[in-house]
Amino acid sequence: MHLADHWLNIAYLIAASLFVFGIKGLTKPRTAVRGNQMAASGMLIACVVTLFHRDIVGYEVIIAGLVIGGLIGAIMAIRVQMTSMPQMIALLNGFGGGASFAVATAGYLGGLSGAVALISTGAAVLIGAVTLTGSMVAFAKLQELISGKSIGFAGMKFVNALLLLGSLCAIGYLVVEPGNQMVFWALVVAAALLGLMLVLPIGGADMPVVIALLNSYSGVAASAAGFVTGNSALIITGSLVGASGLILTQIMCKAMNRSLTNVLFGVMAEAGSSMSDDEVYQGKVKSSSADEVAMILETAQRVVIVPGFGMAMAQAQHAVRELADTLEKRGTEVEYAIHPVAGRMPGHMNVLLAEAEVSYDKLKDMDTINPTFEQTDVAIVIGANDVTNPLAREDKGSPIYGMPILNVDKARTVVVVKRSLSSGFAGLPNPLFAKDNTLMLFGDGKQAIIDISTALKEA
Amino acid sequence: MDFIAMLTLFVLAIFLGVELITKVPPTLHTPLMSGSNAISGITLVGALIAAGDGNSIMVQIFGFIAVVLATINVVGGFMVTNRMLAMFKRK
Repeated sequence: MHLADHWLNIAYLIAASLFVFGIKGLTKPRTAVRGNQMAASGMLIACVVTLFHRDIVGYEVIIAGLVIGGLIGAIMAIRVQMTSMPQMIALLNGFGGGASFAVATAGYLGGLSGAVALISTGAAVLIGAVTLTGSMVAFAKLQELISGKSIGFAGMKFVNALLLLGSLCAIGYLVVEPGNQMVFWALVVAAALLGLMLVLPIGGADMPVVIALLNSYSGVAASAAGFVTGNSALIITGSLVGASGLILTQIMCKAMNRSLTNVLFGVMAEAGSSMSDDEVYQGKVKSSSADEVAMILETAQRVVIVPGFGMAMAQAQHAVRELADTLEKRGTEVEYAIHPVAGRMPGHMNVLLAEAEVSYDKLKDMDTINPTFEQTDVAIVIGANDVTNPLAREDKGSPIYGMPILNVDKARTVVVVKRSLSSGFAGLPNPLFAKDNTLMLFGDGKQAIIDISTALKEA
Repeated sequence: MDFIAMLTLFVLAIFLGVELITKVPPTLHTPLMSGSNAISGITLVGALIAAGDGNSIMVQIFGFIAVVLATINVVGGFMVTNRMLAMFKRK
């Protein structure tokens, strides 16, 4: 049985509406689960009606693909740890781009005509392949299969420009001579290389931007695939996702005070009068113990916990919740300060703390929490560095000057839980560690927090 | 569908997307990414049509690849989003 096109299109419209309601549901934690379910049911509708498309003659390949993909997806979703969520998202971005690339390639091989279809195919192949290989590099960096540092060579930008220009020329050529498959495959190779080369030079600290941007690309690629097949569902949904990724990218860039072009080309601002570690730390750093920290916490009225990537690395989120519970039982007010780029992706810290059953209304964003640090007795910084560095506020010559930070140094006492005095991604010393009101608690984040809790319970 | 109609859809949907997404709070940005990822798996619709093509084996091969990748995106994306959101809902 085949459905007429207009029935399919009506079903796609319903699906797209359900996606919109789904995203709308995501604007509040309370309605988010239902929103996600609505979006999923939209997807189910779109897929089921497509099975009745008149061009489908056999179902063997479809069923095989659905079973294999469904199994892989389900296993990934069930087994992934919350700390590894950035890698998972990077992979999913890549697969999304890859799928759009494959759909466009299938469309091309099936024989296309007309400038619009060919240009759209070219765009879907280019963006899809860039998203696929770029996301794989991002995944490898996040999973630490390759170095998280910037990898590149002199003239890399020039090569990238050539690859992009070559790809665009290939697309143009395909419009004139669609039958030339050599040109098509050359485009595929150039786009795949471009994806690799674009992400390799980007360092670990900029990963939140890259993931958000690749998210946007995967949407745009889907949209382009929609132009190829004239499918309204793909066009609408793809542009929704494209817009979503772009907004997140903007938020991330703003939170790092970097322009998108700087991030994309791996440019860090030049250091003006940068101080050496010794100048900043010499004789001023006070090392503390869990017992001493617990003693200070005993009398604290208000405590703010500032998590960073180190908390994720140490898997310390449950220990942190435990400490907060202990404090709250003693009548201390506890809140969490979340910097937009803490961790490796937008919202990373929130998910980890939610996993540890921290109520989301205790997670405060930067603008809300910053004015309250002056009334805070103790700020506990765990595994965060650059996002608390006062140089960003005070030193005009500093490469991170102008980046909005959490003003933890305004708290009466600052406890920094950290392995060593080593610098963060920005490679800068942090004068916060040498302040009079700062205590350093060296060690593994999780163990240190557990020790404080234990000492506090005994008190 | 003619090009102008498609372009109209594309541009209007971007405006809608911007309006919707700016209202999502930072707390939910990770689920937003995984959720929008799952939604972008809508490419599956195009993939199904390619994989069901009876005329060309090459089209079917790429259709198959596309179905696998898009299904991972859809199933993995919605499930992991659900898992995360359930944690937010708990309290």
